[in-house]
Amino acid sequence: MSALSALIRRDIRIALRVGGGALIGVLFFLTVVVLMPFAVGPDLALLSRLGPAILWLGALLASLLTLDRLFMADHEDGSLDLITMSRTPLELACAAKALAHWLAAGLPLIVATPVLGLLLNLDMVATGAVALTLLAGTPALTFTGMIGAALAVTLHRGGLLMAVLVLPLSIPVLIFGVAASQAVIVGPMTFGAPFSILCALSLVSLVVGPFAAAASLKHGLD
Amino acid sequence: MQLSGRGVICVRGGRHVFSGLDFEAGAGEAVAVVGRNGSGKTSLLRLIAGLLIPAGGTIALDGGDAELTLPEQCHYLGHRDALKPALSVAENLAFWADFLGGERLDAGESLATVGLDHAAHLPAAFLSAGQRRRLSLARLLTVRRPLWLLDEPTSALDVAGQDMFSGLMREHLARGGLIIAATHAPLGIDSRELRIGGMG
Repeated sequence: MSALSALIRRDIRIALRVGGGALIGVLFFLTVVVLMPFAVGPDLALLSRLGPAILWLGALLASLLTLDRLFMADHEDGSLDLITMSRTPLELACAAKALAHWLAAGLPLIVATPVLGLLLNLDMVATGAVALTLLAGTPALTFTGMIGAALAVTLHRGGLLMAVLVLPLSIPVLIFGVAASQAVIVGPMTFGAPFSILCALSLVSLVVGPFAAAASLKHGLD
Repeated sequence: MQLSGRGVICVRGGRHVFSGLDFEAGAGEAVAVVGRNGSGKTSLLRLIAGLLIPAGGTIALDGGDAELTLPEQCHYLGHRDALKPALSVAENLAFWADFLGGERLDAGESLATVGLDHAAHLPAAFLSAGQRRRLSLARLLTVRRPLWLLDEPTSALDVAGQDMFSGLMREHLARGGLIIAATHAPLGIDSRELRIGGMG
């Protein structure tokens, strides 16, 4: 356990230091959402209808932005070799790294959501619903994205491949995340059904992601 | 404790690097792996560390901790030093000590041994190549592992650093440890030579 908490603490510390990934994601999220009202124009009703979709898209792209480096940095400086050799199972180490990434890069997005909701003319309830769906859905983005990040290391290709591999996996999360938030704002669906599926997606990826990523890393030993 | 390899075959990228390699090392013994560039010295170390899968043959450690696999009883010191530039010297070392676990020494003492105690709070980004290598050596001291796999360990070390490192290796061997080192330069300790890939 202390090995995993050491890994989580190290990754969060690196992400929060100058040049780390945490701030980049939040800044990107801020930029996308702040620019959107200027692009769409001053139609408040339209903005509030698009609001959840904009917040979700922004959060999705922001969390993918730094995810491709999840294993690449450790691979390049040799840390991944030592992590592979260690007494900690690789699956658990992968899960710990993804959790650290979510804590450092995903959680700040959710914290920023209420502020950005104001810009999109979302009321308290709607903003709360979007933040709740992001809380339930972003772990799925991180843990499925981790598979792409591991493959990027295995195949020695970076960024673009990662986006191509991961984006299809994140489509269901996006659909049900936006559907659940829309249900609160315009109806007529209930919030519960899409939200439960969103939670299910997160739980499945929590289990599948670490095993798939570890299998990919082991296969790519080189 | 006895490390032995029997008929080890290494294939990289479809090319036979070496085949039918036999080697042995007992407790307190150092083996210097020599050979020309590209003869497979690093590959051999990575095979022992479990970072490459042998295409044939077996590698086993007898008399070690039965609960642990061979890679879990190894220290691997490669070309890449597994240091994070954003973290300080002390933080880098503390992370590996916590993550690798097992029996360990005081991190401050190991830093003093390798001559980095004055730089403990400096970010690793500001270290020179030789200092980075010294910090990697501090990891070997802080966390106890019976088998050291060293890839060009003395590169980037100055003369005083090489003497210091020879002393550390002698202590490790005296405690019954094993050392397998891929090297072009003399290690500065008594070692058996394992030549791979013909003369070079």
